[in-house]
Amino acid sequence: MTDVVMPQMGESIVEGTLTKWLKKTGDKVERDEPLFEISTDKVDTEIPSPAAGVLGELLVQEGQTVQVNAVVARISEDGAAAAPAAPIPAVPAPEQEAPKQEAAPPPPPPAAAAPPPPPSQPAPEPVAAEPAGLLSPLVRKMARENNIDLSKVTGTGAGGRITKDDVTAYMKQPAAAAPAAQASVSTQPAPPPPTSAVLVGQAQPTAKSRIEPMSNMRIKIAEHMVMSKRVSAHVTTVHRVDMTRVAKMRAKHKEDFAARYGMSLTFLPFVARAAVEALRTYPIVNASIDGTNIVYHNEINLGIAVALENGLIVPVIRNADEKNVLGLQRSIVDLASRARARQLKPDEIQAGTFSITNFGSFGSVFATPVINQPQVAILGVGAVEKVPVVIDDAIAIRSQAYLALSFDHRLIDGALGDQFTGKVKSVLENWSEEVL
Amino acid sequence: MRYADAFQIQSDLAAERKQGRGVDHLLFVEHPHVVTIGRNGHERNILSRAGMEVYESDRGGDVTYHGPGQIVGYPIIDLREWKRDVGAYVRAIEQVLIDTLACYDISAHRIPGMTGVWTVAPAVEAASGSTQTDAKIAAIGVHLSRWVSTHGWALNVNTELRYFQSIVPCGLTKPVTSMQALGVHADPEEVKLILAHHFGKIFDFEMQAEPAMETVLV
Repeated sequence: MTDVVMPQMGESIVEGTLTKWLKKTGDKVERDEPLFEISTDKVDTEIPSPAAGVLGELLVQEGQTVQVNAVVARISEDGAAAAPAAPIPAVPAPEQEAPKQEAAPPPPPPAAAAPPPPPSQPAPEPVAAEPAGLLSPLVRKMARENNIDLSKVTGTGAGGRITKDDVTAYMKQPAAAAPAAQASVSTQPAPPPPTSAVLVGQAQPTAKSRIEPMSNMRIKIAEHMVMSKRVSAHVTTVHRVDMTRVAKMRAKHKEDFAARYGMSLTFLPFVARAAVEALRTYPIVNASIDGTNIVYHNEINLGIAVALENGLIVPVIRNADEKNVLGLQRSIVDLASRARARQLKPDEIQAGTFSITNFGSFGSVFATPVINQPQVAILGVGAVEKVPVVIDDAIAIRSQAYLALSFDHRLIDGALGDQFTGKVKSVLENWSEEVL
Repeated sequence: MRYADAFQIQSDLAAERKQGRGVDHLLFVEHPHVVTIGRNGHERNILSRAGMEVYESDRGGDVTYHGPGQIVGYPIIDLREWKRDVGAYVRAIEQVLIDTLACYDISAHRIPGMTGVWTVAPAVEAASGSTQTDAKIAAIGVHLSRWVSTHGWALNVNTELRYFQSIVPCGLTKPVTSMQALGVHADPEEVKLILAHHFGKIFDFEMQAEPAMETVLV
């Protein structure tokens, strides 16, 4: 049985991500035949097989990050099925015989880095193989560090395998533990600090969780959201808007719209139109901050947040102030559908000066959206609902929605935020454009 | 030269080197618009194809864009005869680019953990309040097989930077820049010679010019 290990790729390289298995369990491999690919520091490397034989169980999944010299698979030279072994955790403790890595940060404390394998593993078929093949790297490390003869430890794991708990239990036996414990106390230095590698998650899979690396888009969304929250002084103001007039306009034109233009008429272009009016009135809401300068944008470029399957994107309606409701609705439908098909042109996601997010379409009544940097405000549109309201001491049924404006309090004062939102409200409540 | 054609040439030269034959090469290429996905990348990071070819590449790194105005350098080198060190190799390539840019009075630097070469560019959309930001001027992505390297770097000389926007969500990443965007109007042929010079110096190679491959291929 030959261990396939993550090779030493250079002085400063302490770990790498296994990006691709080029062979699978049970495959016959030749010595020096490419076996898997490792990615380190923008370098993708094919790793050749250290021996000829049959590839056993793969101990590391694609996408997992492993330390140099970690065992990633085993190859049995005689062609017999390789013994199943415990899957090793994402960042296992390195083998002691690892070459000295002067530039490398010290390995994480074993307790944090390598918990016992999940208890729910299916019991593998007992296979006659050398005992070492059944030991996880953690168990071997524990045994080595505590001078434990593993042949004296009773394995209670699947297939009689010795688990971390077995070793711990053995160490607690008075006879075995006394010298070993002393040795470990006197010879072990203080626990080294955890590795500084930022991208390596320390979370370990358990029976009750599943670990999946983030997509690049998710990472970027995450970075942007946190950056925005850090950069801007977020304040959200919520105004209740009577949408009855707009609802009537919409009802009146809906069928004509569908027949003539092949698209449905939603509330969103009305809100966009009203927002444009308000941005014209209060240009500072259409501005951005550059250091200690205020950058006023001459164009009103409306970003419309579009939910994608695994993320979101904010395509931009350029010169939105030159468009009527029809033009806005057309742009919204076009941008949203192409965003979902990932066919947006580069300049269609740039240069937004203000954004609208329509969480109402998902049923939300109101929410507190995060500003799309470097803009200074974002308008959230809640669901339009029919509600009973009191008008002149009588109860009436009106279509109503909440509009939430998140604004950057560094630039926009509360009064202005409310004046702006009040303007949007006023345009919608007194909708006067007969022609859409 | 098309990405696929250049890849074929790289593969042939690398195959030779793996068998211990031939000599180390440094290829210079300019690709037509193409988006390539590295081993750590995902197709869903491509937002717009807008007439661009898309290739899945076996180099390290994420999605990137190549196109006119970009000097792509592909060193096909047997690193067993160099340092046998992935990290040192990438740092050396960065140094070649940094030294080359210095010849044009462009001060470039590394960012630990973010392989590539960076310059300080004025932030167009400064959100963080600072007026300057790190912008990537050259990207690096490498493939090694038996310590023989393929792929390499892409230096933006006068690349149309808007094409980079088709591969990352708007404003969600550090910006990309070019020599031209920094006010340097360089002759690409001259840049190649300077790159080759610094490459030879840092890797301790004697550089010998060869005729352009493209003419041989046609």
